[in-house]
Amino acid sequence: MIKLKINGEERELDVDPDTPLLWVIRDELKLTGTKFGCGVAQCGACTVHLDGSPVRACQTPISDVEDSEIRTIEYVVGSSASKEGKAVQAAWRALDVVQCGYCQSGQMMSAVALLTTNKKPSDKDIDTAMNGNVCRCATYQRIRAAIHDAAKRLEA
Amino acid sequence: MTYQQKIKDGETLDLSRRSFLAIAGGAGVGLMIGLKVDPAAAANTAQGAIEFNPFVKVSPDGAVTVIVKHLDKGQGVATGLATIVAEEMDADWATIRTEFAPANPNLYANLAFKAQGTGGSTSIANSWDQYRTAAVTARAALVNAAAEAWKVPAGEITVVKGVISHPSGKKGSFGEFAEKAGASKTPPAVSPQTPPFKNPTKYVLIGKEGLHRVDNDSKTDGTAIYTQDLHVPGMLVAVVAHPPKFGAKPKSFDDAEAKKVKGVEQVVQIPTGVAVLAKNTWAAIKGRNALKVEWDDGAAEGRGSDALMAACKDAVSKPGVATATNTGDAEGALRGAAKVIEADYAFPYLAHAAMEPMNAIAEVKDGAVKITTGAQFQSIDLFVASKVAGVPMDKVTIDTVWAGGSFGRRAVPTSDYIAEALTIAKGIDGKAPVKLVWTREDDMKGGYYRPMYAHKVKAAIGADGMPVAWHHRIAGQSIMTGTAMEPLLVKDGVDDTSVEGASNLAYSVPNLKVELTTIKAGVPVLWWRSVGHTHTAHAVETMIDELAFAAGKDPVEYRLALLKDKPRHAGVLKLAAEKAGWKAGEKLEKGRGRGVAVHESFNSFVAQVVDVTIKDDGQVKVDRVVAAVDCGLVVNPDVVRAQVEGGVGFGLGAALRNAVTLKDGVVQEGNFDKYKPLRISDMPHVEVHIVPSQEKPTGIGEPGVPPIAPALANAIFAATGKRVRDLPIGDQKFTSV
Ligand code: FES
Ligand code: FES
Repeated sequence: MIKLKINGEERELDVDPDTPLLWVIRDELKLTGTKFGCGVAQCGACTVHLDGSPVRACQTPISDVEDSEIRTIEYVVGSSASKEGKAVQAAWRALDVVQCGYCQSGQMMSAVALLTTNKKPSDKDIDTAMNGNVCRCATYQRIRAAIHDAAKRLEA
Repeated sequence: MTYQQKIKDGETLDLSRRSFLAIAGGAGVGLMIGLKVDPAAAANTAQGAIEFNPFVKVSPDGAVTVIVKHLDKGQGVATGLATIVAEEMDADWATIRTEFAPANPNLYANLAFKAQGTGGSTSIANSWDQYRTAAVTARAALVNAAAEAWKVPAGEITVVKGVISHPSGKKGSFGEFAEKAGASKTPPAVSPQTPPFKNPTKYVLIGKEGLHRVDNDSKTDGTAIYTQDLHVPGMLVAVVAHPPKFGAKPKSFDDAEAKKVKGVEQVVQIPTGVAVLAKNTWAAIKGRNALKVEWDDGAAEGRGSDALMAACKDAVSKPGVATATNTGDAEGALRGAAKVIEADYAFPYLAHAAMEPMNAIAEVKDGAVKITTGAQFQSIDLFVASKVAGVPMDKVTIDTVWAGGSFGRRAVPTSDYIAEALTIAKGIDGKAPVKLVWTREDDMKGGYYRPMYAHKVKAAIGADGMPVAWHHRIAGQSIMTGTAMEPLLVKDGVDDTSVEGASNLAYSVPNLKVELTTIKAGVPVLWWRSVGHTHTAHAVETMIDELAFAAGKDPVEYRLALLKDKPRHAGVLKLAAEKAGWKAGEKLEKGRGRGVAVHESFNSFVAQVVDVTIKDDGQVKVDRVVAAVDCGLVVNPDVVRAQVEGGVGFGLGAALRNAVTLKDGVVQEGNFDKYKPLRISDMPHVEVHIVPSQEKPTGIGEPGVPPIAPALANAIFAATGKRVRDLPIGDQKFTSV
């Protein structure tokens, strides 16, 4: 049995300890907002927060995270969202960032983490923080604009 | 290659045109598949919504649901169709919902294909009259119902934002009259009784800013559902070991280790590999990785990409097997010309690499089949599913969900991933629904690439610097040969998708010859966002640039002089040049360059001006792209801008560094570490300007892609004096001049 603290709840699950967090989240907990894109920490679609820091769930064995507070997109932009989570979602919506949308949970998770530690990121900060998140629809220009927009919303 | 798919050992499913048409009911109906129409099943009516016609439902609470017959894989067609309906119904945008149509080609055919499917940037164009008709007839039914109830003339009634009102003060919502109005079902075909469409000057939604995408909310809170996210009760997840070489098949396998993986339930051999079925995805992946499979390579493609490119290069060094265009006497004019420029081009295989790897859910039960996936070519998928399952087509249901990208990959003449899911479901005798999951590696190595091509162009200019002859040879695999589309798109040995964009050269050149040699290879190929234009635009738009320089003329002015009878090409070219601050003869400071390209594809016109910087390490950085587009009347300007921004990024990533390569028949790239996608740090600033137009709307999903590579190459030339004719640019280092 593996114990998890996820989205403010404690869960006990009967899974192999080597199972990547991604598949526990998606297949066991049915939190499907976190996506599978590459499985090898190359695309960021599976980004979740571990004690507030962005990590790639596809390369995080479940046995490594028993002591951490895990948060997924459902929580981070949901009703208990932080002000950064709310600002990022509002900015994403205002600018119609999404196309196919498949990468966007991961993008928003990385963006929230960035804005939590850096209130006013420069383009360069954004490139550094977001370079691990691939968007095959290439919505990057709007992602950048939305992060600046979210930063402005946080100032206000 | 021939598109045949093994369904069982020794039994081949013939997916050729003949068998397709036999099922479809003969060539006379084009690609239309004759299905029995069950009105009740035509649209799964939810929450008491009243169906007005196959495209519009109104619920008692006033919500209008638009049935979207096209797959939305990010291009925004759900938003586009919803906008058209809301506009013509005078509905309240806030109450608009969308739902994907079921697979039913009788109701939901793409009128451009006469088959249900999405592609060729046709969605808005083919739906324009159809959805407007559906909306105005639904609106008229509501107005008539109100007129009857209020005993007033219908002509005195007005509708604003879903509220029906009469000058007497009577008011009602769509919802109040839905039931009564919906009873008088009207077929949405234009007839003399069809109420007139709205005058475009009265539009409040079409062409307007500020409308948000219909999928904006669900894709920003994690609730949008893709195939990958579905959990059907009792379902098993299947992950398949595929052969390393195309055309190989499993000889034998050892599943002892695979079966030890907790959660693995069953292992089945299928013609395309060996499938591991498990209770969850991770167990299926682990099980698959633990399989030991021996492959029979007897019929496999064993050549590497170098050998395949050599075959293409060899072909363009000789006269083409087929001639696509021949006006005047290009070879004769070249012989006598003052100045001839000759150039060779090479283009690699490209993977679509949609963000969501291919997947599908298949259920086989009681002689019926249900498929759930991001289905893009439902007519073909229905046909393939019925053949694979051995059931009549009216026993096949296909539910379409949001797709995490496609770029063409989900519309496959063999429905490969759907057929595989269904074959597995059949292989376990339908005992559980099967979700087939391809990993990124399965997707990248799974074939159906943009074909590899070689081009050779010889062009000549006369004493005045203007082109007198253009002789263009192209060689590569044919996308259409062997598919159901062959009769429509392959004529006299010319697959139009191999030459489109070159065979119809926009520039007026008196002597033009375009030849094609089709190469046969066992690597499955497919359309890739903008299809033939992905390579023809590069050859044409860099060559015209070479000619302009050889003539000592400005590249924009030179093009315009050759586009005198092409006002829409000229229009976007002028607009892009103006917005980019293009100045004839201007040389940017050392290390920087500006280039231009203009191209028509899918009846839309796009010009792009690219600014680059050559970095100290000799690599190229794209700073800015200014695009101008003419796609006729624009339904959603922001969606058009988004598609061009995305098209630029998609094409740029490929031009900079994407190639699928094979060594002895084995694909070398498996994930994003080797097939390196464009990342945010690579993304230039993109500006999109739209030419106002009242022409019928045309496509925008693809036309943003073709100009970017040649405009980039021309900008690199301006900065370095070096021509980029082969793609991708890769690790090449440049020196500024
Ligand atoms: S799925 Fe984890 S980084 Fe791609
Ligand atoms: S929106 Fe499609 S991959 Fe990012």
